[in-house]
Amino acid sequence: MSEARHLLSINDLGAEGIDEVLRLADTFVEVGRRPIPRVPALRGKTVVLSFFEDSTRTRMSFEAAAKRLSADVMTFAASASSLNKGESLLDTVRNIEAMGVDAFVVRHACAGVPTQVAGWLAGASVINAGDGAHEHPTQALLDCFTLSRERAGRLGVSPARPRVLEGLQVAIVGDVRHSRVARSDVAAFTALGAAVTLVAPPTLLPPSLEGWPVEVSHDLSSVLVKCDVVYLLRIQAERMREQYLPTLREYTATYGLTAGRARLLSPGALVMHPGPVCRGVELAAEVADSPASVITAQVANGIAVRMAVLYMLLGSGTALAAGGANDG
Amino acid sequence: MAERRVLLRGGTVVDGTGSRKADVLVVGSVIGEVAADLGAGPRGALVLDAEGCVVTPGLVDVHTHLREPGGEESETIESGARAAALGGYTAVVAMPNTTPAADSADVVRYVLDQARSACCHVQPAGCITVGREGKVLAPMAEMAALGVRLFTDDGTGVQDPSLMRRALEYASSLGAVVAQHCEDASLAGAGCMNEGEWSSRLGLPGRPSLSEDVMVVRDLALARLTGARVHLMHLSSARSVEAVRQAKAAGLANVSAEATPHHLSLTEALLGSYDPVFKVNPPLRTPADVEALRHGLSDGTIDVIGTDHAPHPPEAKQVPMCEAAPGMIGLETALSVVLTDLGLPIERVLALMSWQPARLVGLTESQGGPIVPGAAANICVIDLARRWTVDPARLASRSRNTPFAGRALTGRSRHTLYAGEPVVVGEEAQR
Ligand SMILES: [Zn+2]
Repeated sequence: MSEARHLLSINDLGAEGIDEVLRLADTFVEVGRRPIPRVPALRGKTVVLSFFEDSTRTRMSFEAAAKRLSADVMTFAASASSLNKGESLLDTVRNIEAMGVDAFVVRHACAGVPTQVAGWLAGASVINAGDGAHEHPTQALLDCFTLSRERAGRLGVSPARPRVLEGLQVAIVGDVRHSRVARSDVAAFTALGAAVTLVAPPTLLPPSLEGWPVEVSHDLSSVLVKCDVVYLLRIQAERMREQYLPTLREYTATYGLTAGRARLLSPGALVMHPGPVCRGVELAAEVADSPASVITAQVANGIAVRMAVLYMLLGSGTALAAGGANDG
Repeated sequence: MAERRVLLRGGTVVDGTGSRKADVLVVGSVIGEVAADLGAGPRGALVLDAEGCVVTPGLVDVHTHLREPGGEESETIESGARAAALGGYTAVVAMPNTTPAADSADVVRYVLDQARSACCHVQPAGCITVGREGKVLAPMAEMAALGVRLFTDDGTGVQDPSLMRRALEYASSLGAVVAQHCEDASLAGAGCMNEGEWSSRLGLPGRPSLSEDVMVVRDLALARLTGARVHLMHLSSARSVEAVRQAKAAGLANVSAEATPHHLSLTEALLGSYDPVFKVNPPLRTPADVEALRHGLSDGTIDVIGTDHAPHPPEAKQVPMCEAAPGMIGLETALSVVLTDLGLPIERVLALMSWQPARLVGLTESQGGPIVPGAAANICVIDLARRWTVDPARLASRSRNTPFAGRALTGRSRHTLYAGEPVVVGEEAQR
């Protein structure tokens, strides 16, 4: 069992920690299939969903995960909070912790907030649910989980073996510069043995890639023919005015996974996206809905992976056995 | 009432003329006697131990934010001047980015009034433009008539090159220096740390050193054109140091440059903690930039060390990085950090922190001058061997935003005399 108290970055886990989450998630997938998809593993624990930035999908996924583990869930919406009345973030967080909270799931538009919150808390755990352009570790974990299961299903390899992504060629395409998902995925995929190529116009790459274990390409087609997975990032229209791209049309023409370009993919290659998809911009609708796409599986796997993370940080080894997640 | 007599006994006097072992007797507000051994001094003299210490002209900071008027919750002229005195300073130049900004004779007069009872000399600076908005020139002559010798919009640089040119032309007749916060706002954007390897990894928006470099190069060209005195504040990048070096080598004599203790000793890696205490403009940069700044100090490219003491209340720092106020305090740590981290000879340290800054802002009559009979008694006594650890709670500043919390430092100011008055004795403020 990992001793870590927080999950702020994929680097907190390392390859072993990721493997542990994937193993636990495998167990929790089964819980989701029960008529009453609930185990008492975190009974008596309180989880606060602190979403300072709106994200219905991620919030609901965490909420479902916590409830399936029988934790109490409180939701903190920034708009309704006292933050508007000039209370500092520090005071807000400490006041919530004083209500008897075991974990904060933190989402914030500014990088580093989960790390700051972790430093302010006396004993509660912090799970980073996406901070600015920094990290979104549970997204990367569910991506790894999805990939390992798809590979297992399609190639007959065990999803539980270590470095389960060994040898896999992954292309991450789009706005890497502003993407927390890209940062977490690069760390997680490479930790599990995959090779990552970033594909983006230079304006949408980070100012420096020093120390990133990646290749870079500006030619999507040449990358598509040799990759096993193409991971598309969302292009946010609001970036347009910041002069990163001339037009969305030009982006789609050069970096979009159009139906035509998708034909370059080798058979068995997978298409992934963290959602929400801007159909017709980075990804053509017919490709998103094709058999190559595992986007829906990503969403479905999110709950089991978040259960695994909550359980790893808050649960005790015995509670899981007593809860019966293993005995179904 | 008899005049106060203070004897500084057993120290080594170091000033712009050299160094010698000597006792210094201060009578009233001036230096009375400097001699090898003055014994116990005249009857009734307060004897301050300077054994093993350096006795020197008080330090002068050309870059201090005292926040008054308008920001009294983070600092006042009184508390800031006390912090300065504890740091060995006998004069500071108060930055004009207050609320309201010091862009008129009225605000300058207010600062002068508040400064009258402060424990060091407080020289108000004035804005270059009204409200620091970079649009309309502030009444510089009116402020110069009250004694303002440095104009700046610090906090931001003057973006419009044409306006900056007019400001320099106008100020050149006033005997004043125009000091620039060198950052091109468009290139700096909403960045909250240096742009590069660390910002890319941390996912924080970056402020490229390019934003400093282009404004430094522009202002060097404007200095050449106008002949006005230009002071480039808090240089942080290797390229801007190199640009100043080349300009000076080419004969440009009306330009001076400044570096801060934090840019000389800290790097961007500290932002990895996501602690906004390390957020400052211009931002902490790379080890190579720190190296270049240190080289600039030793070869004379950089003329002064300024603190950019920038107090902020906790509410402005215990917030997300993107929302946090930029700036860090420095008056009480500057000398110690410089002595500990830079390995410069003490004469060089004092030139950079006392007489060169005094010359820059025209304070040589009372500050930074040689320690000789008849000179104004603005003196600090430095214990070069003193080891201490920075404890934010024990600082005299009203704010706690020091990036050096917990740092062990060697060398500290022990006594400070301002106009002959022992305002700091044995590291304790006397009022
Ligand atoms: Zn400044």
